[in-house]
Amino acid sequence: MRARFDPSRLGRWSWALISLVLILLFDLIFTPKFFSVELRDGHYFGSLIDILNRGAPVMLIALGMTLVIATGGVDLSVGATMAIVGSIAAQVVTKSHPSVVVVLLVCLGIALLLGTWNGILVAVFKIQPIVATLILMVSGRGIAQLITDGQIISFGDKALSFIGSGYLFRVPFSITLVLVMLGLTALLTRRTAIGLFIESVGDNATASRYAGIDVRTVQLFVYAFCGFCAGVAGLVATTNMRAADANNTGLNLELDAILAVVIGGTLLTGGRFQLVGSILGALVIQALTTTILTKGVPIEYTLVVKALTVLAVCLLQSAKFRGKFRFKARVA
Amino acid sequence: MILAASLKFKGFFSPDVFINLLRDNAFLGVATVGMTFVILTGGIDLSVGGMIGFTSILIASLMTKHHLHPVVAIGIALAIGSGLGTSMGYVISVFELPPFLVTLAGMFLTRGLALIISPETLSIDHPWYEKISGIKLALPSVFLIVIAIGLYIAHFRPFGRAVYAIGGSENSASLMGLQVGRTKLRVYALSGFCSALAGVLYTFYMSSGDANAARGLELDAIAAVVIGGTLLSGGVGTLVGTLFGVLILGVIQTAITFQGTLSSWWTKIVIGFLLLVFILLQKAFLLRSRRDHRA
Amino acid sequence: MTGITKDFPGVRALDSVDFVLHRGEVHTIMGENGAGKSTLIKVLTGVYPKDSGSIELDGKTIQPKSTLAAQALGISTVYQEVNLIPSLSVAENLFLGREPMRMGTIDWKAVQSGADRALERLNIRIDVSRLLSSYSIAIQQMIAIARAVEIDAKVLVLDEPTSSLDADEVTRLFEVIRTLKSNGLGIVFVSHFLDQVFEISDRITILRNGKLVGSHDAKDLSRLRLVSMMIGKEESDVAKMEERRVKSKVDRSSEPFLTAEGIGKKTSVGPLNIEVRKGEVVGLGGLLGSGRTEVARLLFGINKPDQGTVRINGRETKITNPRRAIRLGFGFLAEDRKVEGIIPSLSVRENIMLALQAKRGWLKLLGIRQQQDLADRYIKALKIATPDAEKPIGQLSGGNQQKVLLARWLVSQPQFLILDEPTRGVDVGAKAEIEGLVLQLCADGMAILFISSELEEVLRDSHRVVVLRDRKKVGELSGDSLNSNELMNMIAASTDAG
Repeated sequence: MRARFDPSRLGRWSWALISLVLILLFDLIFTPKFFSVELRDGHYFGSLIDILNRGAPVMLIALGMTLVIATGGVDLSVGATMAIVGSIAAQVVTKSHPSVVVVLLVCLGIALLLGTWNGILVAVFKIQPIVATLILMVSGRGIAQLITDGQIISFGDKALSFIGSGYLFRVPFSITLVLVMLGLTALLTRRTAIGLFIESVGDNATASRYAGIDVRTVQLFVYAFCGFCAGVAGLVATTNMRAADANNTGLNLELDAILAVVIGGTLLTGGRFQLVGSILGALVIQALTTTILTKGVPIEYTLVVKALTVLAVCLLQSAKFRGKFRFKARVA
Repeated sequence: MILAASLKFKGFFSPDVFINLLRDNAFLGVATVGMTFVILTGGIDLSVGGMIGFTSILIASLMTKHHLHPVVAIGIALAIGSGLGTSMGYVISVFELPPFLVTLAGMFLTRGLALIISPETLSIDHPWYEKISGIKLALPSVFLIVIAIGLYIAHFRPFGRAVYAIGGSENSASLMGLQVGRTKLRVYALSGFCSALAGVLYTFYMSSGDANAARGLELDAIAAVVIGGTLLSGGVGTLVGTLFGVLILGVIQTAITFQGTLSSWWTKIVIGFLLLVFILLQKAFLLRSRRDHRA
Repeated sequence: MTGITKDFPGVRALDSVDFVLHRGEVHTIMGENGAGKSTLIKVLTGVYPKDSGSIELDGKTIQPKSTLAAQALGISTVYQEVNLIPSLSVAENLFLGREPMRMGTIDWKAVQSGADRALERLNIRIDVSRLLSSYSIAIQQMIAIARAVEIDAKVLVLDEPTSSLDADEVTRLFEVIRTLKSNGLGIVFVSHFLDQVFEISDRITILRNGKLVGSHDAKDLSRLRLVSMMIGKEESDVAKMEERRVKSKVDRSSEPFLTAEGIGKKTSVGPLNIEVRKGEVVGLGGLLGSGRTEVARLLFGINKPDQGTVRINGRETKITNPRRAIRLGFGFLAEDRKVEGIIPSLSVRENIMLALQAKRGWLKLLGIRQQQDLADRYIKALKIATPDAEKPIGQLSGGNQQKVLLARWLVSQPQFLILDEPTRGVDVGAKAEIEGLVLQLCADGMAILFISSELEEVLRDSHRVVVLRDRKKVGELSGDSLNSNELMNMIAASTDAG
């Protein structure tokens, strides 16, 4: 487990950390109120808390996505899964009144099932991940809408809503949830051999197979797990609004998640993965968005800024790009 | 194989229905031409939908707010679209960044720029537009012409052959002396142009510009290309196949709206299901041909 | 090429090397791995810029900055892995990048006829409209050569062209080379198959450790002298190395560990019988393409056999995938370590304990201390050259990578080890170490299946040799019949000449 803090690996997610620090520095200089955290109604409020709270769904998805990308795949269906899970939660809670535990079990169970579906397409039918998860991404929204009958369903179940809008230790519960999931994922991947197997499969699936690794099971696992994370994220997002919106829940979040993972230092081609890096990456994206909003810039600009950030980080990560600059520095 | 399956769908065939099919899917179709070339090199272009929204709102705004003549507006839009495509191609070929990420950034960029220009739809009111929108065959013709040109480039120009070569084996293509970087750059420029053109067609189809247009269209385009028989890994596939892919998607859409009883979100489910079926068919076909090959 | 020097960070790959090629000459460059052969070629063909020295072609000084530039100057290369496009047709591959045009479009008729003509010149008649991938590697190589020649080559570099060819195909290739020679082409030949080198070369240049050892006419050089120049050892030592043999005795009374009867797969290999006992090394001898690797893959479960039975220690079992084989006590060192062996970005330590960990399952992770101990132990035992165990294996040299993979299997303590080309791409020193290790393992009781395309190696290190030809077993050699003559005869027998 100590291997996780190997200094040679630190380099990979340092870009994410630097970006985050830069953004926060910018805020510190230009928006002093950014860092103010006040105690109101018994909870903490402030821009920082906002970032953590709003970024929670992306951070959760990014965890699952990290493992999928580490095997050399990708999961485009996470947004759709979020929508489906949210719809189911809302319907179940309004049509009957089961305990929170039952709702959770049903929702997370279905999330696992959806993830496993993706896993089967990729591992058993050997369909390319982009296409395989594309199928659920496209049809998933339709399914979610079918469940809610096209309506936005709001619910007032207190216990359930706690997930997305409750507070624990004066801080939104979603933040705690993210930390718990991060810890769980880290434990799972580093305290067992699964992390090693995932990295091995992503780097060279054939050699892994010949060395005795069950490549199919590893792939099934990562997609199922990603589905599970999407389910948790769906619950957080839906209970935050206390309403299920089949159309908009999780829209485009898969792209944000992939970005977060890449910014965090995991290569799209697979291999070594950085869980902390992905969380930092998600924070970078969320911090950017919040910074833009607090400066009063219209929301449309967030997309442009996101685009430029992605480019910037990728260029910095690209050895070729750095090579060009080093050369210029030497000449100048 | 794929042709047989698609012929089955042409069951309810009448020239009018067919023309409408081409008309409704013209802008998707034109975009898929560019997408086919990109996928043939083993890459991908996620900026297609964003580009359509961007060019459409750009044209609308240039015409209504700046009173430019449609030809000028269209010219500007095509130029900017190609320019954006070229820039993406540059970053992909020179800095070797993954196309998935670069075109994803392109998608964000174009959507963002489009929304900045105008978050609401702008309708276009110009005699020119009314005239052309009135000609039923206008959009279908453009669509078919673009496909024809695409086919010509793919099979009768060195550029097209280089695209197939790079998709088949990029390493070998480079060792054989092909200018891989330049070809890749041109392929994304071509895709940028096609998406921009698709945006132009969109404005004729809807007589308006909309920054939120074609959300998710890139996925429909990818689906059409894949259903049409092009491998995502590149090197194999034809524009004829893509044409069939587009038509199949269009037929599904029409069939569902015709049904009336089924809600529109069934479209998404059916498309997803069909995509699955076609992929599995493709795989089975490939497996069988590989087995025959070895014997 | 005069006084060529090339430095890489930390190592001088070429030290003032001279190389002269005449028209109509086949000049072979020889040297062990790391001697500088491929670096010299890459400098010549424009892949690397040289640090000092000069290159002259036809009396004019040249400085090729890229493979394209080199091609334009008339220097073409055909690589070991045929670098053509498998998904395009033969004709198209020949003309890719220089298609004949007519009124702005590609003239496909001219492409077709031009292709026919180009291949005709090398006495090859095939359907050029078919996909390249529908032809064997040997034919593909000829097509690559034809393409190089068409592009007005003055110098043709052939980099390890015979590694994937069988005897007939090598003969055909050499005919083509002789034709090209008589047309005045200068040919640079790189290979490590000694017999072939002597058969085809006019001159031989030997490099060692980046320095030029000597250039001689082939007819003036003896095999022994050549090898001793290559490895820098005395001739007598070289002779001794060829002598080493398996000394241990095999207990033939007990049940064999592995008994395969009638094992085979349609269009792949077999059916055949194989038996391996504990403490025995069974070699699989035969030319490339004879089906040796296919047999190994069937036994290890990578491919499923259509017919036959396999018994382990007397019990019949079905081996359906590598995991099952490993659980039965198998280990498999694959032929292509880059594709089938190493996990490039994982560290040496992780690569070493991978198979053992896979066996234990995902729950029982080996402690980091345990892993480090294991890794250190085997690094020392196998003399793996790496500054530390955390280095990504992709950065090690070929020979050391091979040792790491060997360590991977040894760590899992198999009862039966399949070694497919364990000394390929490994320098002579490491080669000797690996062979010694194999003998040590069998003396300790391991059952071993040894596959190598170097027939002397198979003969030296096996108790028995199963001989394959054209995907079928043609016999077994043991005891007194275990010598190269018998082996050659068995392989060559029965096919009609020509």
